Amino acid sequence: MSEKKFERIALVGNPNSGKSSVFNHLTGLNQKVGNFPGVTVDKKTGYTRLPDGRRVRVLDLPGTYSLYPRSLDERVVFDVLIDTLNEDYPDVVVVVADAANLKRNLLLFTQIKDLGIPVILALNMLDVSTNLGQKVRPIQIAKHLDVPVISINGRTGEGIELLKKALSEGFDVSKQPVCDISSFSPEVIKAVQEKYQIENPYRAYLYAQQWRFLKHIPALERLEIEKTAKEHLFQNEFYQSKETINRYKYIDKILEEAVEYNVQESRNLTRKLDKLFTHRIFGYVIFLFILFLIFQAIFSWASTPMDFIDWSFSELASFLHDRLPSNKLVDLLTEGIIPGIAGVLIFIPQIAILFAFIALLEETGYMARVVFLMDKFMRRFGLNGKSVVPLISGVACAIPAIMSTRTIDNWKERISTILVIPLMSCSARLPVYTILIALVVPKHYVFGFLNLQGLVLMGMYLLGFLMAIVSAVVINKILQTREKSYFIMEMPLYKFPRWKNVGLTIVEKSKTFAFEAGKVILAISIILWALASYGPEERMQAAAQYVNDNYDISELSDNEIQDKIQAYKLENSYAGILGKSIEPVIEPLGYDWKMGIALITSFAAREVFVGTMATIYSIGSVDLEDEATIKNRMKAEKDPKTGERKYTLPVAISLLLFYAFAMQCMSTLAITWRETKSWKWPMIQLVYMSVLAYVSALLAYQVLS
Amino acid sequence: MSRSASDLKPGEAGIIKGYQDNVISLKLMEMGCLPGETIKLNFRAPLGDPISFDVAGYSLSLRISEAANILIE
Ligand SMILES: Nc1nc2c(ncn2[C@@H]2O[C@H](COP(=O)(O)OP(=O)(O)O)[C@@H](O)[C@H]2O)c(=O)[nH]1
Repeated sequence: MSEKKFERIALVGNPNSGKSSVFNHLTGLNQKVGNFPGVTVDKKTGYTRLPDGRRVRVLDLPGTYSLYPRSLDERVVFDVLIDTLNEDYPDVVVVVADAANLKRNLLLFTQIKDLGIPVILALNMLDVSTNLGQKVRPIQIAKHLDVPVISINGRTGEGIELLKKALSEGFDVSKQPVCDISSFSPEVIKAVQEKYQIENPYRAYLYAQQWRFLKHIPALERLEIEKTAKEHLFQNEFYQSKETINRYKYIDKILEEAVEYNVQESRNLTRKLDKLFTHRIFGYVIFLFILFLIFQAIFSWASTPMDFIDWSFSELASFLHDRLPSNKLVDLLTEGIIPGIAGVLIFIPQIAILFAFIALLEETGYMARVVFLMDKFMRRFGLNGKSVVPLISGVACAIPAIMSTRTIDNWKERISTILVIPLMSCSARLPVYTILIALVVPKHYVFGFLNLQGLVLMGMYLLGFLMAIVSAVVINKILQTREKSYFIMEMPLYKFPRWKNVGLTIVEKSKTFAFEAGKVILAISIILWALASYGPEERMQAAAQYVNDNYDISELSDNEIQDKIQAYKLENSYAGILGKSIEPVIEPLGYDWKMGIALITSFAAREVFVGTMATIYSIGSVDLEDEATIKNRMKAEKDPKTGERKYTLPVAISLLLFYAFAMQCMSTLAITWRETKSWKWPMIQLVYMSVLAYVSALLAYQVLS
Repeated sequence: MSRSASDLKPGEAGIIKGYQDNVISLKLMEMGCLPGETIKLNFRAPLGDPISFDVAGYSLSLRISEAANILIE
């Protein structure tokens, strides 16, 4: 028994090995998502209670196939494990291995073992391997590798207690390396060992192999390692391939004794499903059907909870408005803060539903088939099969969508995907589309069952997608890169999903959205409220006088007078002044200053359009009960010059196009900045989308009117 | 001219004997495509690319350009 008790546990494993399931079993809801320092890779940590009563920290590292990283996510595993002084360096590593795919899973295990960190092998998916006709003998594996081997089941939680027991007891660390690298350039290894006081030769060897990635070492020293390696003719690639081959040889030897394979063809179910899901016709039909289902779900299931959130917050606001004394602070609360919070929460139902589906597709193994089906198609546009999921996610919200591009290894394809995602019609545009479409498109039925308004709405989504593709082609032409694009992807077996994993994903994504984007949206809505409520003092005070001078007061009711005063005040507020000052720029698009205000406020976040419209037409409206819907108010709006309806077809189309293409979301820009680590990309995103929006709205209005 | 994994027909298997490109071979080896290992072409994507293979006891999908680096006999 070793003396030291394990305090910090790290989970490591191949993608699809069931690592998240094990993490969820260990920590339950007791987990939180943060970031690794300097990179934007999600860092999931949690706590678990061991049988001896101690509460220990569990870190879930990204899935990886080896300690030679390819993507950002994989690099993190290397960062954490290579530097013994890293703040996340674990006392013990649990390698979760897919027993149905042991050979490949053991490669990573042997590398980590050779690093000299105490390690436990958690054999997962034994039920799957049994179904495949394999008989795995954990005891044999333990004997060969000289490490604790625990059989677990990530789905049922069987064996998790045994794993905890092993963690609480501690064990002796085996010193015998699986792959003896001491014959690969002993001089270099020795030099690195001495310089950095590294006891473990494999760790020193990895320093020499991957000096480029040693984040914890100053750049100059890294170059020195390179120099030493060069002097001694350190052959990176040759050694790495020899290492891999040696490891696999050793693994083969273990598996010969530890696993019995029955020759029967047992991947039948996966075979059959693949025939269907990657069929050249049905494959796409099914994919389209699933997409259709997701859309349906987002738009129909989400509407009830969204209405409820909307209703309860406006009730709350008017309740407080009635009960509290009327002053500016209460106004801030009821007209700024509460609607702002509602504006954030209203998106949660859609985001939750979208991620429920995405988690489901990932869990079942279907997602890899989507990537497989779409790769060639997407590649034509400079994207990647893996861009499909982020693009689809963009329909709910660009923020989680941009976050999900991290699985794309290739830098150029990833940047292109990030740049075009905001063109996908996100759910914040939906209220804008709905209201504008309802204004100008009649509620006809085509062929008796297709709702015309629905068709136009679908057209908007299609338009966004097409524009995203076209932009990707252009971006691809402009961006230069030497980096090669890889695909290399495992096709996991189909599995029945575990609902708890789906649930935890929903919670995690909703939380990320509420906190990452929420603060920006909330802050902006408060600023907007202030802009719309305040203005230059003398002009605001002149309101009553103005109404008195310009209208025949005796013919107006008190309410109407109040409304006139409020309308005057808004026109003279800072928001009104801003809106008016951009009028010359937006007039060619068919917009007036009121729409100008809405455009300005929308540049913070699109959904604010509707809120601003509500504010413009309802601020100060005395009787909340009488308030006409925003739509009717907009319908009744007249052009002051012509006296005609203001929201004509050309204006509505121009607005629709503008909203479809404009980069009107601070939170998205903030996420792009965070994900690309530079202001260059969000700026490019902002400029190209604004130009696109302005030009297309201009063309549409000028041609149509 | 030797054959590569991308020349296989659906259902046909070959034995890996080497690689054309050094860098990608390291990644392929990590994923279990080792010399001496049997690689079987499972099916192609409907647009002909990528390709799904069976290798080292699991399914791996590769683009044609990647599979072309795997020399077989
Ligand atoms: N049959 C079976 N399925 C499992 C087991 N552990 C996890 N899974 C399933 O395997 C899939 C991938 O698991 P996940 O935890 O997401 O893997 P990760 O990619 O390594 O995080 C999910 O559908 C899980 O429900 C297990 O022991 N047996």
